[in-house]
Amino acid sequence: MPTKIEKDSLTGTETTGHEWDGIKELNTPLPKWWLYVFYACIIFAIGYCIAYPSFPLPWGGHTTGLLNYTNRKGLEIDLKRAEIAKGPMTKRIDEASLDTIRHDPALLEFAVAGGRSAFAQNCVPCHGAGGQGAPGYPNLVDDVWLWGGSLDDIYQTIRFGVRNANPDSRQVDSMPAWGDAAKNPPQVLTASQIDDAANFVLSMNGKSVDKAAADRGSAIFADNCVACHGETASGNPDMGAPPLNAGVWLYGGDKATLVQTITHGRGGQMPAWSERLDGATVKMLAVYVHQLGGGK
Amino acid sequence: MNQVGVPAPLYKAREKVYPKAVVGRFRRLKWAVMGVCFAFFYLMPFVRWDRGPNTPDQAILIDLAGRRVYLFGLEFWPQEVYFVTGVMILAAILLFMVSALFGRVWCGYACPQTVWTDLFVMVERWIEGDRMARIRLDQAGWSAVKMFKKLAKHGVWLGISVASGCAFVGWYSDAPSLTLRLLHFQASSIDYGFIALLTTTTYLLGGWAREQVCTYMCPWPRIQAAMEDEHSRVVTYQAWRGEPRGKATETGIGDCVDCHACVQVCPTGIDIRDGHQLECIDCSLCVDACDAIMARLGRPTGLIAWDSFTGQKQRAAGQPAEWRPVRPRTIIYACVLLGVSAVMLIGILMRTPLSMDVLHDRNPLFVTGSGGTLRNGYTIKISNKTRRPHEFALYAEGIGGARLAIAGETDQLAGRAPKLVVRPDGQTSYHITATIPAALATSPSMPITFALIGRDGDTIRLDDHFFTPAGRAK
Repeated sequence: MPTKIEKDSLTGTETTGHEWDGIKELNTPLPKWWLYVFYACIIFAIGYCIAYPSFPLPWGGHTTGLLNYTNRKGLEIDLKRAEIAKGPMTKRIDEASLDTIRHDPALLEFAVAGGRSAFAQNCVPCHGAGGQGAPGYPNLVDDVWLWGGSLDDIYQTIRFGVRNANPDSRQVDSMPAWGDAAKNPPQVLTASQIDDAANFVLSMNGKSVDKAAADRGSAIFADNCVACHGETASGNPDMGAPPLNAGVWLYGGDKATLVQTITHGRGGQMPAWSERLDGATVKMLAVYVHQLGGGK
Repeated sequence: MNQVGVPAPLYKAREKVYPKAVVGRFRRLKWAVMGVCFAFFYLMPFVRWDRGPNTPDQAILIDLAGRRVYLFGLEFWPQEVYFVTGVMILAAILLFMVSALFGRVWCGYACPQTVWTDLFVMVERWIEGDRMARIRLDQAGWSAVKMFKKLAKHGVWLGISVASGCAFVGWYSDAPSLTLRLLHFQASSIDYGFIALLTTTTYLLGGWAREQVCTYMCPWPRIQAAMEDEHSRVVTYQAWRGEPRGKATETGIGDCVDCHACVQVCPTGIDIRDGHQLECIDCSLCVDACDAIMARLGRPTGLIAWDSFTGQKQRAAGQPAEWRPVRPRTIIYACVLLGVSAVMLIGILMRTPLSMDVLHDRNPLFVTGSGGTLRNGYTIKISNKTRRPHEFALYAEGIGGARLAIAGETDQLAGRAPKLVVRPDGQTSYHITATIPAALATSPSMPITFALIGRDGDTIRLDDHFFTPAGRAK
């Protein structure tokens, strides 16, 4: 409590006693209603604390408030509403054929938007946010497909997955481990044969290699690899065998990785998404992946 | 000046202001401005403007649900919100300029708070009588007459407030049909909610808070001091002429007869003779009041007048008062005003009904395809502000051999430019891929230009980039 009250000579109003470079602040009283508004806010806050969840409890949880309001419940209602709003379109997607969806602009727009959201929730961990993939996880935006890039192929792959417990999944055997006698007893290649085969694969992609080794590898390739990868090494979607002449690699196109692949074999897996997602979502995913850029 | 004592209370009750009726040229001007403002606010939503079929025909319409602002022949989309920024800047600079020239005329004449308060005071005066009658009524005990007058006043106030709320909502939806819906109680709860909100604020701010909005809530009185200088013309008491005050019969004193007419008419309850002060909104009703008294006394008018501090000083010294409207401050404000107006005008003139945005895919930046190809993905958004669909062929320029395709449309004919159909009054978005032979990739980022060529020859071009693995670290 200041003992000296200074009054401003011009206005007769008291000052706060603070001074900055000769400028003093007048201590003008606030109107009473201002104070009452402040009290009203306090009363409102008390009422709010009673009506709504407000205080954490030391033994866990929090006060729920008389109205029992939670954001979570609000969100659930919102989600349910969104689901209902999407209902008619989802139903149409569910009933339409892939080809119909593709050629109906309204269905296509809805399917791509729905597919984008489902992709972000389910596919991104392996295939990447843009579908660009990662070593061992196929790139979905390029035009090289293990199991076919038509809309129907993609739909089939997403629905039933690859090499999983679902009987309808792509059940083709994995690529054998050509350098591992324990895993591939009848046909085993020696380390130098594998090296030659790798050289041949590199030569098909325009890489400079040991010509003699590549020639030897060509024969090994013809004896062992054409069954799946084809005579021209252009791959076979029925076998899940990738083309080896496209310059696009799932595990890596350098020689060390190629040797590793041939020696130990490969065999990726993918879940059957029809077991986890509803039919319309799987369709929308197929349409979305197909339009990413590589669809055939 | 230091005294020992108890400090003043931190809060005090409001001293109610009872502005007295006044006649004069500034009062007439104020009535006229009030009439224009109310006419604009209440009637503008009903002015029609033909924009063709299936479009709103309201001259000024802020269509929040449809995300459009219609301003006579102009139509603004949300992405053009910078025009609103421009209008705000213009309004602010205009306010600065007016303040530098004439003080707070905005506050005294055109501010909604002033205009509505003026109307509410008019109603109050009409029902309860002029200043003295109102003071007596407030001091008197409750009686049937007082009850009736108070009820009538608040009833009329609420009526005005409801009308203001309805008019406000009319700016945001089709006013004639909204009026019908409101009359049939079939408008949306949002409409009624906003009407209730505006009714409450109009009633409280115009009827109860009045000058307190200006003194306690509004930041403008604090800011305006920086805009005014010694050449700004503001409502001024000519102290050199008025002081010392005294009775009209006394001789050898100033012209001010201390009649308090200026104080009694003041809507903010101040004494202008204390000098220019924060509460003064430059409404100049005190000028009218004082002039009437001076005329009756046969003394020259203008004891309270629009004058600058320099002018007042010159008058006091017996020199002719000069006014300098043109000075660095006003020149700068005028230049900024012209500059911003020019930018706005050019912006509005250069608006095109069709425009394109290109977003390069961020992930992945590029895709290596089979057979030595490189592909980039782009989202192309075409805004069509016209009322008819448009069709464009999309071409890539800058990289020879770049092929464009709509992603996912595998049945396109090779070598054909993709055909993009754009829906009317909206934005259409396409995911486009551009593919080049990998041999053409010379740098990590190559310039590419997208050209949309319409049927009738109109062309839109936009530069972007094509990303390649060339020169990138593995």
